[in-house]
Amino acid sequence: MTNPKGRFGVHGGQYIPETLMNAVIELEKAYDHYKNDPEFNRELQELLNEYAGRPSRLYYAEKMTKDLGGAKIYLKREDLNHTGSHKINNVLGQALLAKKMGKTRLIAETGAGQHGVATATAAALMGMECVVFMGEEDTKRQALNVYRMRLLGASVVPVKSGTATLKDAVSEAMREWTSRIDDTHYCLGSVMGPHPFPTIVRDFQSVISKEIKEQILEKEGRLPDAVIACVGGGSNAIGTFYNFIEDKDVKLIGCEAAGRGIDTFETAATVNTGRLGIFHGMKSYFCQDEYGQIAPVYSISAGLDYPGIGPEHAYLHDIHRAEYVPVNDDEAVNAFEYLSKCEGIIPAIESAHAVAHAMKIAPTMDKDKIIVITISGRGDKDCAAIARYRGEDIHE
Amino acid sequence: MSNIKKAFENGKAFIAFITCGDPDLETTGNAVREAVKNGADLIELGIPFSDPTAEGPVIQGANLRALNGGITTDKIFEFVRDLRKDVSIPLVFMTYANVVYSYGAEKFISTCNEIGIDGIILPDLPFEEKEEFSDVCDKYDVDLISLIAPTSENRIAMIAKEAKGFLYIVSSLGVTGARSEITTDLNSIVNVVRENTDIPCAIGFGISTPAQAEKMASLSDGAIVGSAIVKLLEKHGKDAPKYIGEYVRSMKEAIA
Repeated sequence: MTNPKGRFGVHGGQYIPETLMNAVIELEKAYDHYKNDPEFNRELQELLNEYAGRPSRLYYAEKMTKDLGGAKIYLKREDLNHTGSHKINNVLGQALLAKKMGKTRLIAETGAGQHGVATATAAALMGMECVVFMGEEDTKRQALNVYRMRLLGASVVPVKSGTATLKDAVSEAMREWTSRIDDTHYCLGSVMGPHPFPTIVRDFQSVISKEIKEQILEKEGRLPDAVIACVGGGSNAIGTFYNFIEDKDVKLIGCEAAGRGIDTFETAATVNTGRLGIFHGMKSYFCQDEYGQIAPVYSISAGLDYPGIGPEHAYLHDIHRAEYVPVNDDEAVNAFEYLSKCEGIIPAIESAHAVAHAMKIAPTMDKDKIIVITISGRGDKDCAAIARYRGEDIHE
Repeated sequence: MSNIKKAFENGKAFIAFITCGDPDLETTGNAVREAVKNGADLIELGIPFSDPTAEGPVIQGANLRALNGGITTDKIFEFVRDLRKDVSIPLVFMTYANVVYSYGAEKFISTCNEIGIDGIILPDLPFEEKEEFSDVCDKYDVDLISLIAPTSENRIAMIAKEAKGFLYIVSSLGVTGARSEITTDLNSIVNVVRENTDIPCAIGFGISTPAQAEKMASLSDGAIVGSAIVKLLEKHGKDAPKYIGEYVRSMKEAIA
């Protein structure tokens, strides 16, 4: 390639309409400048600490550890951040960057609504206009978050095209950006899309593994044997992995949403069922048919219900540095209930996918092994949907 | 030498876009023939994609109807093979990078050459990524057509210098679809294009009326119309070809 920028192996790149090229080039220049700017970093650090409540806790799940009878389990509590998930880490960074670039309006896509809520929150804080695109199907699954975004002053646009889920929300946000670039920053919520987004979002989320490393060294005097996170586009997972990539003894495990199972069509497990393709600005793995039509994926989790995966994850898979395992709806719902009862922590249904995998592997590991599960968000938003899954009709 | 230049030898070019398989390939074939009979100089044949991020609601709808009707890339190749028996004007494909990539670039583009497709337009393949397909396109003599947008500014010269076939100038910000007004300073864009290349340029996005077509063609070498034609298919279905013929005639007369 003449332009190796933004490539992770063969993955990544900038497969976007010409209309957006100068916008992403401008964003890259601004980011390259501000990421080394002491004043920018001071402001961001203050927002993360004072407003979002960082650092988040690394909690020893003693009851869960004893109950499973194997490896020692720690939970990285991103659910305790302001707005209830890891999404705020990236949003505060991007909103601050957008503001420095002179932008006055943020647009965003959202699946479960956590990124939308975080973006609406940052927009309110910084006095910016905010428009969030959300699949119509997801506005029903996550009605509470729609209300939260409106309460925060954002407008929420239900997207009816395609499968009316996260991928369609991304497409619609991209369409909106091509029509209004001058005053608008597209605050992308995951480590996906065209360069430089996968790099910017990773950098802002890498605070998760930076803290885990410091905290586990303080508590245990050594690095964990495995870190586990759920993967849709992959932002909390790359945040959890990033500072451990060079520590080859730390296993990196991403948990994909298998929906009703990877042997069915109702799945969103991209690495396990997809193949290499080009979509939403990047080359990576995608669930697609033999002619390259993007598959209508499915997961109980609106936040993992996406047919692709970030390019850096695709690369970590290619070089066998990280492992991507499928976790189906049933396993995730069981883990959702298990963590609630066992530790008194209600995880987001997305994060429950990571908990479910830990429940499988912890009992097979020795008691002197350590695993860290990132609880990417809190599960209040999911209670009504899980109740329905269990046949109980409750209304929010 | 590119076959596409023939489209620009008959005065200002009128370029028509039609989504293959909307509502079925027989109708697409009839629509193409009516458009050719009534003065179209080049046809862009859309290969549907599940998630067409550069399209407005009208062409998104056409993609969906065609895919729901069971259209595939292979069926479209067979259709073009048949179309080429009596249609001789330049034909290009318009689709998305994944449709080509997933089929296998070499297999896709060599088939284009074999069935008589002269060029290919991929709205999600900007200058920086064109090497993904450009070598294979050169090898099989299929023009990989570049787009220039209202935001291209300092990029216009770079894109124009390496352009093949014709240059597709996007008239406005946003996605495809009719607009009441086009406000971009297209004259300045065309001037930079002219300084950097001899290949023709045509303007598309937002053009639906003869008056708009006339204005856009007067600024460049031709006008491209998609959504307005697709709307006729949406409205009239299998009966659309005769309305498309009348429409193309009115547009070609306006720009000639």
